[in-house]
Amino acid sequence: MAKMRLSLRTGGASRRNPVSLDDLVPGASAVLARIDLPEADAARLMELGFLPGASIVAAGSAPGGDPRVFRVDGTEFALRRDTARRLLVEVAREGAV
Amino acid sequence: MSLLHSCEGCPVAALPVHGSAPRLVALVGPPNSGKSTLFNRLTGLRQKVANFPGVTVEQRRGRARLAGEREVVLIDLPGVYSLIPRSEDERVTRDVLAGEMAGTPKPDAVILILDSTNLNRHLVLAAPVLALGLPTLVVLNMADELANRGGAVDPEALATRLGVPVALVSAARGEGLEMVREFLSGAVGLPPSLDLPVLADIPKCRQWAVAIGDKAGYSQPAPPVWTRRLDAVFLHPVAGPLVFLFVVVAVFQTIFSAARPLMDAVDHAVSASGSWLSGVLPASALKSLLIEGVWGGVGSVVVFLPQILLLFLFIGLLEDSGYLARAALIADRTMRKAGLQGKSFLPLLSAYACAVPAVLAARTIENKRDRIATILIAPFMTCSARLPVYTLIIAAFLPERPLLGPLLGTRAAAMLGLYLLGFLAAFGTARLLKSSVLKSDGAPFLLEMPPYRRPTLRQIGLRMFDRAKIFLRRAGTVILGVAVVLWILAHLPLSGGKMPEIASSVAGTIGRVIEPFVRPLGFDWRIGIGIVMSLAAREVIVGTLGTLYGMDPKAGSVGLQAALRHDLTPGGAVALLVFFAFAMQCLSTVAVVRRETGGWKWPAIQFAYMGLLAYSGAFVANRLVTLFLG
Repeated sequence: MAKMRLSLRTGGASRRNPVSLDDLVPGASAVLARIDLPEADAARLMELGFLPGASIVAAGSAPGGDPRVFRVDGTEFALRRDTARRLLVEVAREGAV
Repeated sequence: MSLLHSCEGCPVAALPVHGSAPRLVALVGPPNSGKSTLFNRLTGLRQKVANFPGVTVEQRRGRARLAGEREVVLIDLPGVYSLIPRSEDERVTRDVLAGEMAGTPKPDAVILILDSTNLNRHLVLAAPVLALGLPTLVVLNMADELANRGGAVDPEALATRLGVPVALVSAARGEGLEMVREFLSGAVGLPPSLDLPVLADIPKCRQWAVAIGDKAGYSQPAPPVWTRRLDAVFLHPVAGPLVFLFVVVAVFQTIFSAARPLMDAVDHAVSASGSWLSGVLPASALKSLLIEGVWGGVGSVVVFLPQILLLFLFIGLLEDSGYLARAALIADRTMRKAGLQGKSFLPLLSAYACAVPAVLAARTIENKRDRIATILIAPFMTCSARLPVYTLIIAAFLPERPLLGPLLGTRAAAMLGLYLLGFLAAFGTARLLKSSVLKSDGAPFLLEMPPYRRPTLRQIGLRMFDRAKIFLRRAGTVILGVAVVLWILAHLPLSGGKMPEIASSVAGTIGRVIEPFVRPLGFDWRIGIGIVMSLAAREVIVGTLGTLYGMDPKAGSVGLQAALRHDLTPGGAVALLVFFAFAMQCLSTVAVVRRETGGWKWPAIQFAYMGLLAYSGAFVANRLVTLFLG
């Protein structure tokens, strides 16, 4: 996991493959590509604004780093990291992370 | 001119009136839209809380008084993001709106309340609600916050787009409510058939909402600056946990130290009025029943009221300020180790005062399995009613010696150990439940972090009143019944027209009958009676033992301690402590768990499990202590 983050920070901007929401460093933003969760759970997240194409910002986290807080459409939601790992995103711009 | 922003040319029809029955208006909205605030604003104290039949979802109804002595009944439905029934809450909301809920007629009209600072997300709910075809008012709440943060919306334009009236209000400040009252009392528009998106297609619904918002001149407000600043402190890796600990300690300190003088005052008032009554009434069996049974029994519950009120004051402050979501976030990691989640934190903290408010506080947990698991383990936390028992036994058997210099004595250490014992039992039970019957259904933990807001006295006061009412009614009626039964057991049969000594009463007989069963725990028949009597409420055992040994438990606590030392081995004393740490000796809790879980199944399982654990725990404790102390 640490390796993945490192690659994102250094040379990962050209990466095309979606990475997970959990890979975003705090302050970074990305566009949601898909939700890899059972349908009902994905629908719940979509109702809250976690829609494919939506821009998501990694905000803070609990003091221990888990759960993490994500901002979508001006509202903040906490997700556990194991859930955030199932949300695949595309990093929007070069150097965004 | 009408205050309502109505659409021109909408068909207008008066709300139907069924004979003399006031019409029913349903309040619908997403969580955190200020639905309850609006409900409280409109109904004040004229509200009733009950559960929907057959489910554990809370139903709040209230009467809103309107101009000209007219009234409507408001029903506050559970907060939902959509009407696709995926959870029990959503099913209830959908069923009520569709007129398919048993015991609730189809509402005559709907108030849809949305957070105007979150309109893009909240407006999505308008699609399924308008599709119901009921007369609808859309209330855009938090108008003050929207304006302060530089956002805007044109309610008139939105009304035209949606085809229903729209009111921009601030429920917390009570601004704009005249429009809502006008809707409740006046003529309303039936929604025209709108071009609504396919409701199951969430992205389409969202696009629809954003497009409608755009056309209504909606501009999103700036981010809440203060919330971001406060979160930088409250979720800081170092400062965050410190603030969290400070809050927990403050709650503890208040419910134990600050509540003490108030509780003493109530206790004093109960016993003073009891002795006054005792002096006035002629001596008879009835008087004894009234004073010792009814007055003493109900008084034992009323004594906890100051503590419960203070607890609800804290819960209200934490919830309404927005800090509770942060506390749940911080607690999540620890709670997860027990298989639970962050939202279980508040009920479990409350349980250190009393399990009854804790079970009520578990309502904030949407996930049903987590909620039941939290309710089931809450009575293991060391509640106030255990303290008199712990204090008596520890004082009788453990000499006070310094353990860690002046910081910690043996008695305080023993008390801490008992707190730890209850916590460990709760933790282990949660692990057990969450890895078996209440295994998580895999639904992800999702927590909305609302902006920080200033709590209002009115909101918190109403909720304190509401919860205190439930506590007194539930606990009071149970205790009243049980107190009368216990009095009868302790005072019958009459021998020669006189009431018997407790030893030869029915209770005494029961004590002797169960003596063989409690003997392995190191208890004699007296403790047996005490345990039987304390099934109603734990602290009752202190008074019962006082009566059995012929001592006033208050005046002669030293005498009672000596008598206990004479009758109870050290093994039996430790066993008694363990028994009280584990057993569910509180019928008020049983009654509340039955209400909150919608049946007898869970309270029965809980009672049996805790009883079994108490018995085997006490048995092992007695054996071990006897073994080591020879």
